[in-house]
Amino acid sequence: MISLTDQGFDPGPLLSGFCRGRAETGAVASFTGLARAEGGETRILELEAYPGFTETQIGAIAETAKTRFELHDLMIVHRIGQIAPGEPIVFVATAAAHRRAAFEACDYLMDYLKSRAPFWKKEHGPDGARWIEPRAQDHEDIARWA
Amino acid sequence: MTRVLLFGRLSDIAGWREKTLEPAPARLSDLRALLAADDAALGEALAAPGVQVALDQVLARDDAPLSARSEVAFLPPMSGG
Repeated sequence: MISLTDQGFDPGPLLSGFCRGRAETGAVASFTGLARAEGGETRILELEAYPGFTETQIGAIAETAKTRFELHDLMIVHRIGQIAPGEPIVFVATAAAHRRAAFEACDYLMDYLKSRAPFWKKEHGPDGARWIEPRAQDHEDIARWA
Repeated sequence: MTRVLLFGRLSDIAGWREKTLEPAPARLSDLRALLAADDAALGEALAAPGVQVALDQVLARDDAPLSARSEVAFLPPMSGG
């Protein structure tokens, strides 16, 4: 399941729900990303998506991940709109027969979301607003999967 | 009629997020030229490295032909999570 939401979410119930009813899944890995305050530099993080296109693009990479890591299932929840420091911004869960595939798929999906998924991120701080673009580290991270 | 959408820093540079052009330009490259003639700073930003274009929600090349009713979105470098 892939969903974009402008409402805050609690990762706990998402993970419990994702784990429920899985007799053949030996491993579930999850990742929760939180918005950082950057020592007061970020008061609000604003995330923009391209409705329709963003979901389609994430859906395509989710299918790739399912095949590559032989996943039983996956879940991606991503915030859009205005996000305060400390709030969850992204939640990814993966289910597989064994742990290695679940861990790796989660890592792969996050690397993809950081620098390839159609989101645009603006940081509002005391000195105004600025757009955040992928860092060199983000590009290196995704290159590991080539 | 062409619906043009700008995302991220591009909409800040242009001062708009969405615009309709009538009549529809023949190709994506013609649309770029029109936008650049109207706003040189935007034209430059659209041509910057890393800016991708989606035509009717599919990533497209610069010489792609536009239909009578296309949606063209300019997408600066993406960053989620």
